[in-house]
Amino acid sequence: MARNHITTTINGDEYEFLCDTEQTLLDCLRDELFLTGTKEGCASGDCGACNVMLDGQLVCSCLVLGVEADGKSMETIEGMAHGEELHPLQQKFLELNGLQCGICTPGILIAAKALLERDPDPTETEIRYWLAGNLCRCTGYDKVVRSVQAAAEEMRKG
Amino acid sequence: MEFMPEFRTARPTTVAEAVAIRAAEPGSRFLAGGTDLIPNIRRGIVAPPTVIDLAGIAEMRAIESLDGGLRIGAAVTLAELANHERVRTAYVGLKQAAGGIAASTHRQVGTVGGNLCLDTRCVFYNQSEWWRRANDYCLKSKGDVCYVAPKGSHCFAAFSGDLAPAFMVLGAEVEIASKSGVRIVPLTEIYQDDGIDYLLLKPDEMIAAVRVPAPSDGFRTGYAKSHVRSAIDFPLAGVAVGLRREDEAITDLRVALTGTNSMPLAVEGTEGLTGGPPNEAMLQGLDALIAKQIQPMNSTFSPPGYRRRVVAKLTRSLILNLYRDG
Ligand SMILES: Cc1cc2nc3c(=O)[nH]c(=O)nc-3n(C[C@H](O)[C@H](O)[C@H](O)COP(=O)(O)OP(=O)(O)OC[C@H]3O[C@@H](n4cnc5c(N)ncnc54)[C@H](O)[C@@H]3O)c2cc1C
Ligand code: FES
Ligand code: FES
Repeated sequence: MARNHITTTINGDEYEFLCDTEQTLLDCLRDELFLTGTKEGCASGDCGACNVMLDGQLVCSCLVLGVEADGKSMETIEGMAHGEELHPLQQKFLELNGLQCGICTPGILIAAKALLERDPDPTETEIRYWLAGNLCRCTGYDKVVRSVQAAAEEMRKG
Repeated sequence: MEFMPEFRTARPTTVAEAVAIRAAEPGSRFLAGGTDLIPNIRRGIVAPPTVIDLAGIAEMRAIESLDGGLRIGAAVTLAELANHERVRTAYVGLKQAAGGIAASTHRQVGTVGGNLCLDTRCVFYNQSEWWRRANDYCLKSKGDVCYVAPKGSHCFAAFSGDLAPAFMVLGAEVEIASKSGVRIVPLTEIYQDDGIDYLLLKPDEMIAAVRVPAPSDGFRTGYAKSHVRSAIDFPLAGVAVGLRREDEAITDLRVALTGTNSMPLAVEGTEGLTGGPPNEAMLQGLDALIAKQIQPMNSTFSPPGYRRRVVAKLTRSLILNLYRDG
């Protein structure tokens, strides 16, 4: 079957690639563009490891087809740090042990960033509900929540 | 992880074009947010040769005023619905139902139409191809036995969408589009209690929009659901209530349920319970009505007895809260 020609902007750079219709956006990022920072946990929308921003919306990239990204812009974990300079969320996750094995972390960071962009001062309950779609088998979530709170505070200071 | 089977996509820009493709290609499926369809394709539960992406149809994405009520396009997302100003203030039960579906990520892409047409669910069905093959499949997909009720020839997968009951207590209607035009029917009429054929839409029909009537004076609505985790979980049972209180009496009472049958259930006979306050006799009458009409089965990890009790409890507390606030 003829492959589809897709043009997208990812983290500010233009990308073109070919994909099969049945490839999910996650498959395209990882297998066509080798942007392997975005992880696959479940491939069924349950775990959030594959979260990316698509035209400003937080989505599970395993539930979106690659062809749906044509003409759209994306933000992935690869665009979060600026060179050596980590995003405050990344910094706080490191300082406060918000990760252990790390497979859930790219998705959690993207989701948390989306939250703080719409609400710079969320309550603990709001953080927990917003991150409900991000499963973590290691941390027990508490350190994740603390890291997000600490990053939010840091970012509010500007 | 299982691989996605091959399929084509079609990307119509109008409703007319979408239903024409659906009619021309047997076995094709509409794709809205994909949060139900994509996992089901990956699990080998459905294998549409063509997937018709509704995302490019602008006419399906708007919420408009209509006769004092609302016309909600079927491709409106759950987040857009839950955050819509009129919905938040005038249709509280709908807001509560939409805001409690799945997680924030799913609500940004999951749609109203996809939620109303959500495939029915069962622990023997929502599994990988490998799991189902090892179990000789089930009646709903490729097999001959319903493991929930092995003696019969009926599938008991549960309808588990949260929006349908919330729309039902509002008296919502749906606009159904096909090649022959648009027909408008009450939402209650598009379902039947059959885990396999739960939707009464014809193969070439789609839901184009949902219409909710103008909020009537003093009529209040609420939605509550029981689930294993307090977010990102389908309802074990979900209850929508709409009621009007005048002085001490309830003068209008509507109850609709999800998760208890293979269709969302508008409980029949509630008008016989109006005219007085929600005292114990009235609530017991309602318990009895509900108990007779629901049929939770072993299609979830929580047993039917639990779901029966939880429906009664949620219904009572919603009624008492709405009565007290009204
Ligand atoms: C982890 C997880 C948790 C979830 N939790 C919940 C929950 O708590 N409550 C809940 O209700 N749902 C839940 N869901 C299911 C799903 O996310 C929602 O029901 C969502 O609203 C489905 O909409 P969609 O647009 O993504 O549907 P799609 O997957 O695009 O479509 C679903 C079905 O409807 C058909 N369809 C779509 N639009 C139309 C139309 N306009 N006319 C006719 N047919 C149409 C499709 O062909 C398909 O068969 C969950 C899903 C996941 C992955
Ligand atoms: S890989 Fe997408 S939600 Fe788990
Ligand atoms: S750190 Fe291991 S899953 Fe979250």
